[in-house]
Amino acid sequence: MSESSATPTPAGASVDSGNTGVGGRVPSADTTPEGPISAQPVTGNKTKVRPGDRIFRGLTTGSGVLVVVLIGLIGLFLLVQAIPSIGLDQVNFLTSREWSTNDPANLRFGILDLLLVTVATSVVALVIAMPVSLGIALFLTQYAPPKLARPFAYAVDLLAAVPSIIFGLWGLYVLAPQLAPIASWLNDTLGFIPIFADGNVSSEIGGTIFTAGVVLGIMLLPIITSLTREVFQRTPVAQIEGALALGATRWEVIRTTVLPFGKAGYISASMLGLGRALGETIALTIILLAPSTTFGGSIFDGGATFASKIASASSEFNDPRSVGAYITAGLVLFLLTFLVNFAGRAIVSGKKEYR
Amino acid sequence: MAKRIDVKDLNIYYGKFHAVDGVTLSVPPRSVTAFIGPSGCGKSTVLRSLNRMHEVIPGARVEGDVLLDGQNIYASAVDPVQVRRTIGMVFQRPNPFPTMSIRDNVVAGLKLAGVRNKSQLDEVAERALRGANLWNEVKDRLNRPGGGLSGGQQQRLCIARAIAVRPDVLLMDEPCSALDPISTLAIEDLITELKKDYTIVIVTHNMQQAARVSDQTAFFNLAGVGQPGRLVEIDDTEKIFSNPTQKATEDYISGRFG
Repeated sequence: MSESSATPTPAGASVDSGNTGVGGRVPSADTTPEGPISAQPVTGNKTKVRPGDRIFRGLTTGSGVLVVVLIGLIGLFLLVQAIPSIGLDQVNFLTSREWSTNDPANLRFGILDLLLVTVATSVVALVIAMPVSLGIALFLTQYAPPKLARPFAYAVDLLAAVPSIIFGLWGLYVLAPQLAPIASWLNDTLGFIPIFADGNVSSEIGGTIFTAGVVLGIMLLPIITSLTREVFQRTPVAQIEGALALGATRWEVIRTTVLPFGKAGYISASMLGLGRALGETIALTIILLAPSTTFGGSIFDGGATFASKIASASSEFNDPRSVGAYITAGLVLFLLTFLVNFAGRAIVSGKKEYR
Repeated sequence: MAKRIDVKDLNIYYGKFHAVDGVTLSVPPRSVTAFIGPSGCGKSTVLRSLNRMHEVIPGARVEGDVLLDGQNIYASAVDPVQVRRTIGMVFQRPNPFPTMSIRDNVVAGLKLAGVRNKSQLDEVAERALRGANLWNEVKDRLNRPGGGLSGGQQQRLCIARAIAVRPDVLLMDEPCSALDPISTLAIEDLITELKKDYTIVIVTHNMQQAARVSDQTAFFNLAGVGQPGRLVEIDDTEKIFSNPTQKATEDYISGRFG
C-alpha cells in the first residue's frame, strides 16, 4: 500500500524523501503512541513508510491495547455478573458474615468474614515474610561471598517455581504438625491477647489462619526477596564508600546507606507480595478448615478467604444466581489486589521524586 | 593530631592484576602532598590504600607497609574500621548521605563512633562546618537534606563530615574535578587552611591545582600498557614544576606526555 503511494513520485521526491525520511521517522519513533504525529509524515510528505515498521508498530500497539482491554473486560464481567446477585441478596452484602447460597431463591451472603480471614492470613504471611526476606536480601547483597550469593539467589528464586498445590500439601501434612506445638505455646502464654486466643478449629490438625499464614509467608519469600535484592544492589557505591571512609562497620554501612536507599523498594516489594498473598488460592483451600462459627479475631481460627471460598465451591456451581454470589466475592478480591498493587507502585514513584 | 605517613615498598593488586609496583614515599605532618599522573597510573589506588579503602573491592589486596607515625596500619592486629576513623577521605563526587539533614551528615562519623550527646554533636557540627567554610551558608537550614546544596557546597559538606571526627590525615581523591572554578577555588583555599591542622594528601588531574596547593608533589606513571603503575619521583612542588629530576616528569608537566 505504501509502495503504491510512493511510486508516482519517482526521481524528484527521492531527495525529499531522503530528508524527511530521517526527519520524519526518528521523532515519530520517539512518540509512537501519539496518533497525529505518526500519521503526519505519511499524509503530508508522502514519506516512505516501510512495511516492517508498520507491521511492528501494529503488533506492539496491539499487544499493549490487548492487556488494557483484557483487564477492562474482566472487571466488566465481574460487575455484570455481580450486580444482579447483590440485588437478590437478602442480607447486607458488605457487613453480613453469613454465607448461604444453596437456595438460589433465598441468597444470604456477605463478604465481611471472607475479607477478615483474607486480610488476617495475608498479615500473618507478611509478618513472617517481610523480616525474613529483608534478611535474605541483605545477606545476598552485603554479606554472602559472591561465589555463594549467586547459587543461593538462584535457590530462592526456585522457591517461586514450586507450584502452590505442593505448598498446600506440604503445609498441611508436614508443616502443620510441626507448627502445632508452637501454636499451642503461643496460645498458652499469649492467649490473653485476642489474636492468640483459642480458635474455633482444633489447633492439632492445624487448619488455622496461623498455619496458612506461615505457608503463605514462605511462598512470598522469593517475591519480596528478589525485588528487594535488586534494589539493595543498586545502592550507589559512592554512598557505601562514603560511609566506609567514615569508619562505618558493615552493619553501619547497611544502616546508613543501603536501608535508607532501598526502603521504598522494599516496601513496594512487600506490597506486591501482599497482592499475591490476597489472591493465593489452592494452598489455602487445602490448608484452611472451615468452621461452623465465624472468624473471632484469633489467628488460631479457621475460615475461608475470598479465593479459597470460591475454589472450594466451584464444583457445585449450578445456578447462575448462586454463582453470582461468588463472583461478587471475586470482584471484591479483584479490587482489593488492585488497590494494594497500586499503593505499592505509588510508594515507589513517590520516593523517586524525593531522591 | 596530624601524623606523618611513611609508605614502604607498597605493591597493590586487583585480584591477579598488579596495579601499583613498589611505591615508597613519606608525607610529613601538616603539609599537602599532591599525587599527579595520567589516568590509570594508580595514584587513586595508592591514595585508597592509605586508609585501607582499597581492600573493600572484592579481590583487592595490598603488600607492603603504610606507617602512620611509625604504626603499620596493615599490621594484622589493626582494625581497618579504626584506621578509617583516623584517616578521613573526601571523594571525587560529593557523596553526602541523601536521606540525612546537613547537620546529621556532618556528625555521621561521630554518631558511628558512639557520640550521642546532642549539645556536643551540635558543637562539633558548627565547628566542622566553620572549618569547611560552609557555616554561614547553611546555618539557617541545618535540618534540610544535604542533597539540596550545590555541588561545591556538597563537597565542602563532605569535607566537614570528614574533619568532624578530627582525623589524623585527610585524603582527597580529585575533590574538585566535579566542581566549577569558583567552588574549586573555595576548596583550594580551604585546603590551605586545613593544612595547619591536618596532614593532607590530594590526588588531582589539574597540575595548576597541584602547584597552587601542595608542598610536595608525587608523579606517578605507567611503565607501559598492561604494566603496573609506579612512582616516578616525589619532591618539593617547586622543584617538580621547575626542575624535575626525571625526564618523564618534565614531559608530563610540560604537556609533552607520550
